[in-house]
Amino acid sequence: MPRGVIGTKLGMTQLFDGQGNVIPVTVLQAGPCTVVKKKTVAGKDGYDAVVLGYSDMRSCEFEGETVYKGTKAEIGVFKKLDLTPKTHIIELRLWEGEVDKYEVGATIGAETFNPGDMVDVTGTSKGHGFTGVVKRHNMNGYKKTHGTHEYQRHGGSIGMSATPSHVAKGKRMAGQDGNTRVTQQNVKVVMVDKERNLILVRGGIPGPNGAKVFVQDAVKMRRRPRK
Amino acid sequence: MITAVIKDIENRQRKNVPDFRPGDTVRVHVNIKEGDKERIQVFEGVVIGRSGGGTRETFTVRKISYGVGVERVFPVHSPKLAEIEVKTFGSVRRAKLYHLRGLRGKAARIKTVRERKGS
Repeated sequence: MPRGVIGTKLGMTQLFDGQGNVIPVTVLQAGPCTVVKKKTVAGKDGYDAVVLGYSDMRSCEFEGETVYKGTKAEIGVFKKLDLTPKTHIIELRLWEGEVDKYEVGATIGAETFNPGDMVDVTGTSKGHGFTGVVKRHNMNGYKKTHGTHEYQRHGGSIGMSATPSHVAKGKRMAGQDGNTRVTQQNVKVVMVDKERNLILVRGGIPGPNGAKVFVQDAVKMRRRPRK
Repeated sequence: MITAVIKDIENRQRKNVPDFRPGDTVRVHVNIKEGDKERIQVFEGVVIGRSGGGTRETFTVRKISYGVGVERVFPVHSPKLAEIEVKTFGSVRRAKLYHLRGLRGKAARIKTVRERKGS
């Protein structure tokens, strides 16, 4: 069954395993998430899914009322359910019929996963701005000596002449590097701390520390239940 | 930025290790697995530096084996290390003793002290 939880990347460290080998790990604050909505095959949406919310919206007291930092539409969804508005909302697609296991308003945390599970972690990669081809596509640039003039970090030729008289689509060039949605597939869960809602996964995760990430069962490891 | 949570995870991994510094001579007892047998091998030499912090800290030990200089890097808190025995305290004025690599014999000796304040 696909399981998922929204969390925060806290940073990296290392652990020793039973044999004394060093394992690099990323520490993730997993949840607590709230089930905001259920979508069903029978309903309007036509498929099974749950919508998860994470991280309480900022609020302040104004004339005896709690005012949240968000638009009316963002807050309205939660007001109807009598829940605290959340800043991060992600939909988790489920196998058919599994939606019954979830209850609107229920809390989901690190206990969702067990050590040894394989997960996919989705985040926003670190942004590097508008970047040249050497940094963005690992091109080699041009030689630095033998009279090279203003051509050291260029990508070289980008095409031919009269045929085909245009640049091939998808030609790698300079542009925005990073700050895109990236999914790291097949990441192993090393440790789960249920009390503090922590998940430790092996290796690195896209994005800077403090970024919000979505952890779900690895797509390549999922087995659809037999009917 | 290391958060309190990560620091706590690291502190749980830490072992009680004796205080030793660059210049000290140590005997490092290393657990070695051969097939299903386990034995302890001792690596004795001069600590020429420590690097890193928390559980990630490592130290480098240098010794001369059959006329050849050998250096090994150990994680300070590795469970593979059965024991770290401090044999002598060295008196040195720098944190990394890389200059010992270019010296041999009498020149590569390190001044020792009987005991060290606070240890």
